[in-house]
Amino acid sequence: MSTESTAAPVEPVATTPSADPVSAVPSAEPVLQVDGLEVHYGLRRRRRSALGGVSLSVAPGETVGIIGETGSGKSTLARAVLGLVRASAGSIVVDGEDVGSYSPRQWRALRRKGVIQYVFQDPLRSLDPDLTIEASLAEPLLLQGVSREEAATRIRAFLSRVRLDEELLDRLPGELSGGQRQRVAVARALVTDPRLVILDEPVSALDSANRVQILQILKELRAEGVALVFISHDLGSVAGIADRIAVLYRGELVEVGAARDVIASPQHPYTRLLVGSAPTLHTAAADRAERAALRALLHA
Amino acid sequence: MTTLSEKLHVVDVEAEAERAEDTSVAADPAPVLSVRDVRISDRAGDREIVHGVSFVLTPGRAVGIVGESGSGKTLTCRAALGILPAHFEVSAGSIEIDGRDIAGLSSAEWTALRGATISAVFQDPASYLNPSIRVGAQVAEVIRVKKGVKRGEARRQAIALLRAVHLRDPELVYSQYSFELSGGMLQRVLIAAAIAAGPRILIADEATTALDVTVQAEILDLLADLREETGLALVVVSHDLAVVAQLCDEVLVLRQGEVVEQGPTRQVLHDPQHEYTRLLIAEHEQYGLDKFLAPQLAPTPDSQEDA
Repeated sequence: MSTESTAAPVEPVATTPSADPVSAVPSAEPVLQVDGLEVHYGLRRRRRSALGGVSLSVAPGETVGIIGETGSGKSTLARAVLGLVRASAGSIVVDGEDVGSYSPRQWRALRRKGVIQYVFQDPLRSLDPDLTIEASLAEPLLLQGVSREEAATRIRAFLSRVRLDEELLDRLPGELSGGQRQRVAVARALVTDPRLVILDEPVSALDSANRVQILQILKELRAEGVALVFISHDLGSVAGIADRIAVLYRGELVEVGAARDVIASPQHPYTRLLVGSAPTLHTAAADRAERAALRALLHA
Repeated sequence: MTTLSEKLHVVDVEAEAERAEDTSVAADPAPVLSVRDVRISDRAGDREIVHGVSFVLTPGRAVGIVGESGSGKTLTCRAALGILPAHFEVSAGSIEIDGRDIAGLSSAEWTALRGATISAVFQDPASYLNPSIRVGAQVAEVIRVKKGVKRGEARRQAIALLRAVHLRDPELVYSQYSFELSGGMLQRVLIAAAIAAGPRILIADEATTALDVTVQAEILDLLADLREETGLALVVVSHDLAVVAQLCDEVLVLRQGEVVEQGPTRQVLHDPQHEYTRLLIAEHEQYGLDKFLAPQLAPTPDSQEDA
């Protein structure tokens, strides 16, 4: 993938050629459609753009990885799609509903329906520390109007799929290991059969064995048709799970394409820098001169 | 060929740019760090946690220790630095730093050794800096104490070091507080402080784990530079086999306190013997870039060897 001529300038927005059949995306109605999404933080003179016109669609059963580094706007994107920060422009359509103009109350109703769910890096943020694991898992089902008995049955049926032992149900989140907690968070997000799950750095705090386990669980669940947006700074995890990869740089998507294309033949200089910086086992990362040239190009 | 004493004074500032010539490694076989069948026990629980780790490090070489949390890799490093947690002890085996057995060193002797001969950087740089003192002053303090120079000279050397670790505006960084700097910049400051007294061994324990991947690459490049230009010997500890592979000549794979595999990096990567090493490699191939990149390029020599 690396040649001498990498310093050649490239158009800012480059979409990789997607001739790869692996990436073939079901042509069904997208479960998430984001168009021209802009988010600003701060007021007046302090107003700064966090997202500058992001457009992205996610099909049912598809996993889209969003890769970006600190400050790229990836968490802002996750929060905007979940209605946790307000978009200043653009539209967000979730499962056919234009949610961009929803009031906080409508957002709460939408989240309660369980159509869209989320998993964050720190599971303690999505799990109430005072609720037992069973109560945490039952809550989203009870909100949907499922009976207690039915919820208990469904939770137990779900546990083996996230490799959790039934005896953990009586414990509090603080009594579990980090990996177990994150599996509970994944279970809580998926037990309502959502159409879309937003995962923001779900494996970043985990060690390798737990990381692989969560990724495997997500892969299995995806086969049942749920759409995943997997946000991470870790190119390896994203490459391991995503059908398509979107690269976020300074609040803009600079490249979107099939995972294989984005990794094996990145078009945008920033994507090339990212891929060239990631240590791999069998190939030397892009050499330093190449990375320096890319960096100079990006900062020009 | 640079002599050993020249190498040692290389960090002594200035003129980094002129030192681009070769420093071939084989010239000096005397080990700077020898770890022989080291076992570490928890006296409180009367349990052995690390069951025999051995490696020998000569100047300019790099050894990597890979393993999951709890495998004993950090304990091994802390033993070599003489900073094992309370009620942990080296229960068997020996560690020699620069030919000197560390068993029975007094705390004054340890203070003299740390920084000047063996040094370390860890995962969370911010927690090693005082938030209410400018970072430059903290680097200068190390130089002032370890080298016994005057404040003005210490400041001059500190700025030269900040430049040597490729901080773009060293004078500005010198006068900043830790909260004003990014994680990558802080780690550079910590590396500057760690090499300030010209140590012969640097232990990097998950030093790039918390950083963005492009910043990680820059820090790994910096460590490779220090190794080549000053003959610094490296112990690189990581949960990520690829990080270790990129930087090290030799790899130890640690699992539950046991070295399950040890050998030259290329041999371990291309012909792993233990199932756990195979698992680590398989995980990387399945959940890493390798699955898209590996088929295109034949195995290449380790990147640091082509200089």
